Amino acid sequence: MSFASHDSATKQSAGHAITAEDIQAGGAKAAEDVARYALQLGDDALMLSQRLGWWIARAPELEEDIALANIALDLLGHARFFLTYAGTAWGKTEDDLAYFRDEEEFRSCRLVEQENGDFGQTIARQLIFSYYQYELYRRLVHSSDPTLAAIADKALKEVQYHQDHAGQWVLRLGLGTEESKRRMQEGLHTMWPYVDELFHDDELVDALGDAAVRPSELRADFDVRLQAVLDEAELSVPEVLGAYGGDRSGRFSEQRGHILAEMQVLARRHPGATW
Amino acid sequence: MTTMTDHPHTRPAPVTGRELRPQDEASARIWDVAATVNDPEIPVLSIADLGILRGARAEGERAVVVITPTYSGCPAMETITADVTAALNAHGWEDVRVELVLQPAWTTDWMSEDGRRKLAEYGIAPPTGRAAAGPVRLSLAVKCPRCDSLNTREMTRFGSTACKALHVCNECLEPFDYFKVH
Repeated sequence: MSFASHDSATKQSAGHAITAEDIQAGGAKAAEDVARYALQLGDDALMLSQRLGWWIARAPELEEDIALANIALDLLGHARFFLTYAGTAWGKTEDDLAYFRDEEEFRSCRLVEQENGDFGQTIARQLIFSYYQYELYRRLVHSSDPTLAAIADKALKEVQYHQDHAGQWVLRLGLGTEESKRRMQEGLHTMWPYVDELFHDDELVDALGDAAVRPSELRADFDVRLQAVLDEAELSVPEVLGAYGGDRSGRFSEQRGHILAEMQVLARRHPGATW
Repeated sequence: MTTMTDHPHTRPAPVTGRELRPQDEASARIWDVAATVNDPEIPVLSIADLGILRGARAEGERAVVVITPTYSGCPAMETITADVTAALNAHGWEDVRVELVLQPAWTTDWMSEDGRRKLAEYGIAPPTGRAAAGPVRLSLAVKCPRCDSLNTREMTRFGSTACKALHVCNECLEPFDYFKVH
């Protein structure tokens, strides 16, 4: 993909929302298995974005409302790119996929669906997920699928900011008061059962070859880098078993339905509504 | 903490708007009209100053303008699309298409010198370094846009928008936004 190329990752018609037709007209139509993969990545970003939006006006300080909102916006942007691209395979728009699928049709991992809990729990989830996403995207920029590579290239720079944000807070809380340290450690304990699932290979990834990134290959770098930040913050990797089950085949956390109820209610009650 | 030295990706060398302006006359006219559109959040900067404008071409009767988002979720993109369309409509182009490209990813390196100067005059300190040079572990001094002092400090790295950090000047004591290297 080059400057001013027809082969854009996503395409907008003036004054209208991005449509599948526009992307098809631009020639970027996702193959079926690439679309299923893009759907997984888009669903992760969408769920976490929805979760983080909750903190607006509730974070411990004004700057933090804004920081979490900006991170949520980045993730929403990533979700829009991935879902728009996935939709080209099935003639669906990003809105069709975000608002008119049911719980069992989403492919998000359980980590991003976990409750916000207290601030320590939210930051633990941010730390784990941004470190995972960094490892994922820095490899996905080499995908043989040019659209996936372009989205990863854009997202990677933003995920570095998310890592920085989470890392700063982990240090501040871990090295802060006894109470902040306790909460940060408990946040990690709450989120840790959902870590293994992020690195689980499946048949879809096997079939995709160079278009995708094998999750299991991310684990070693993730562990080293996460251990380093936890050491610096004088926190420890929780010794807790992974949660049973859970892959991206449709088994999902009980929180997913609650997230969707909140996210989808308006679009479903007033289909086609705009403002 | 994290190190970014393992970044696999060599960032493209800065390509300024001047180098991207098309050679043929019809396309260049479209470029010049699109380049008059300002960023809705920083109205002193044009989309060309910011490096958002990446291409323009005439396809028969249709004007095609290529832009890149600064950040994936940047809410200004839809306004910019509408403003570019309106500007070209006003110059007689009825059929306008705005394309969005993601790669190469936007960088503050594409901000023009003129844009940096206008940003400082507006009260926002421009980026202090080059993203293409890789991560800078040593923080560079940010100059206060009000009194030009280099004696400033960071209040919060996570400012009013993803692109800005909040600083404060230790001399004149005024807080100000700093446009981060990205």
